[in-house]
Amino acid sequence: MRALISLSLAALLLAACGSQPPAPEQDPAGVESRKPGAVRVDTPPVTQVRPEQFDPSNIAALKDPKSPLSKRSIYFDYDSYVVKDEFQGLLGAHGKFLAANPKMKMLIQGNADERGSREYNLALGQKRAEAVRKALTLLGGREDQLEAVSLGEEKPACSESSEECWARNRRGDMLYSGEF
Amino acid sequence: MKFQRLFLACTVGLALASAARAQLTVEITGAGANRLPVAIAEFTGERTVGQALTSVVRADLERSGLFRLVDAGGPLADSATPPYADLKARGADVVAGGSVATAADGRHETRVRLTDVQKQAVLGTPAYLHSGAQLRATAHRIADFIYEKLTGEPGVFSTRIAYVVKSTGRYELKIADADGANEQAALASREPIISPAWSPDGTKLAYVSFEAKKPVVYVHDLASGRRHVAANFKGSNSAPAWSPDGRQLAVVLTKDGTSQLYVVNADGSGVRRIATSSGIDTEPRWATDGQYIYFTSDRGGSPQIYRTASSGGNTERVTFEGGYNVTPRLSPDGKSMAFITRNNGRFQLALMDLASKQTQILTDSTKDESPSFAPNGRMILYATEIGGRGVLAAVSSDGRVKQKLSVQAADVREPAWGPLVR
Repeated sequence: MRALISLSLAALLLAACGSQPPAPEQDPAGVESRKPGAVRVDTPPVTQVRPEQFDPSNIAALKDPKSPLSKRSIYFDYDSYVVKDEFQGLLGAHGKFLAANPKMKMLIQGNADERGSREYNLALGQKRAEAVRKALTLLGGREDQLEAVSLGEEKPACSESSEECWARNRRGDMLYSGEF
Repeated sequence: MKFQRLFLACTVGLALASAARAQLTVEITGAGANRLPVAIAEFTGERTVGQALTSVVRADLERSGLFRLVDAGGPLADSATPPYADLKARGADVVAGGSVATAADGRHETRVRLTDVQKQAVLGTPAYLHSGAQLRATAHRIADFIYEKLTGEPGVFSTRIAYVVKSTGRYELKIADADGANEQAALASREPIISPAWSPDGTKLAYVSFEAKKPVVYVHDLASGRRHVAANFKGSNSAPAWSPDGRQLAVVLTKDGTSQLYVVNADGSGVRRIATSSGIDTEPRWATDGQYIYFTSDRGGSPQIYRTASSGGNTERVTFEGGYNVTPRLSPDGKSMAFITRNNGRFQLALMDLASKQTQILTDSTKDESPSFAPNGRMILYATEIGGRGVLAAVSSDGRVKQKLSVQAADVREPAWGPLVR
């Protein structure tokens, strides 16, 4: 019995030694390519959007820096999971875009600051993503277009331990088909 | 004489390759109050096998914080009578001697004799047949034998630990021996990996990987390197915890709204919800006897630890003091619970006696996370931060023995101590 178990242990060690990591490394894509330590210098945007400013059927607008659709982040207060009024206009633009492009899907990634448990922070990020998702369903997005997920504290936009930095990490990001 | 055929032949290349890559270093930062003085003599014939055996045994025993190593004065064969008067004069209560012989097939036979110096009584004479590549593993077995003989508890020197190393743009799920040697990567990714959890038999790891741009729970078979998705529902999938029989996983899913507790079979089938709240339920952990599932919930307004009967039934609150108590981990004997508490803005490792609810804070650090009990319950491994860098640390359940495990120029986090290898 002992010999058998030892054999499987040896096989295990051998296999672990000889085998390649099973999952290929993935290239980070789109919004996800932030490197730890890459501190953005802009402050969280306060976006005032008038719906008539853009054409919701124009997919190119997603990448046009002049279009509200190029803005993808919603910031939250400490310990808060409520979408602030200042982001209603931005979410309204994305809601309209989703309604005008029914084949488009959106992944909403919620984030949390680094303090405390990783798994609990994952749940907090989920609450933020869920708040964005719910707002979008009221503004033109369909349930089957939207998925709310959390990255917890794992993908900080800002990696310093400061109030200013944590504020940037309490965030929901919107990614469209092809960006995730 | 009891003869244990512990190990079968294994390729030499493995040991060489992994020895060269060993990176996790262990530093002892605190020791027990009454350490037993032990002399581990150099084994005769040890030099002919070209690799240290007794130095690994000594390092294991010393790291445990329960022993004070005394110089034995010279080599001592297992068949020789220990120089009792000399050992007494040196202050040793116990001495281990041994011999390493090489058989015709190239394998080695290591025989050990552990003797009580005061009583001049033999405590045990184990023997091990092993290849040259298994010298370290044999040394850990010998240390386990000595530890168990002298403390009455199983040693954990032959166990392994899992942890995640983050270097620039790269995350690796690593497996190493409990002393940090033989480090190997089970998975490398550009996206985060969190919450590794050992299956009770030590053959698999469940973990959360973000490689799909969202958290997905995988079960990874260490021998084959193959893995399968255990939970990938709409929304987030996280916090895997094995049932004591290894057949099921408790997981946290958001498919029905906020983060809630579910159980799936280890192959990913048969998902069912096990608790319901309007807020967050997460970090499930089965008690050792399987009766309760402990978890973190904000149902009372702040994150606190609760438990629910795994067969269904009432949920009761476990922590009451303070506004932030998370990450419950049950001791192997089921009598105590390690968790993280926020104490004046500092996140610290605490230990609660479940019967009396008495709680002791075990550390003086500020960013403790992810506690994990050694399988004998003696030490708790956890992640913390020193000088802005993630390190692993271990503390004994009485708070006296302390160790630091770190990797140069990288963050180490998310430790999980593997089960006893029998």
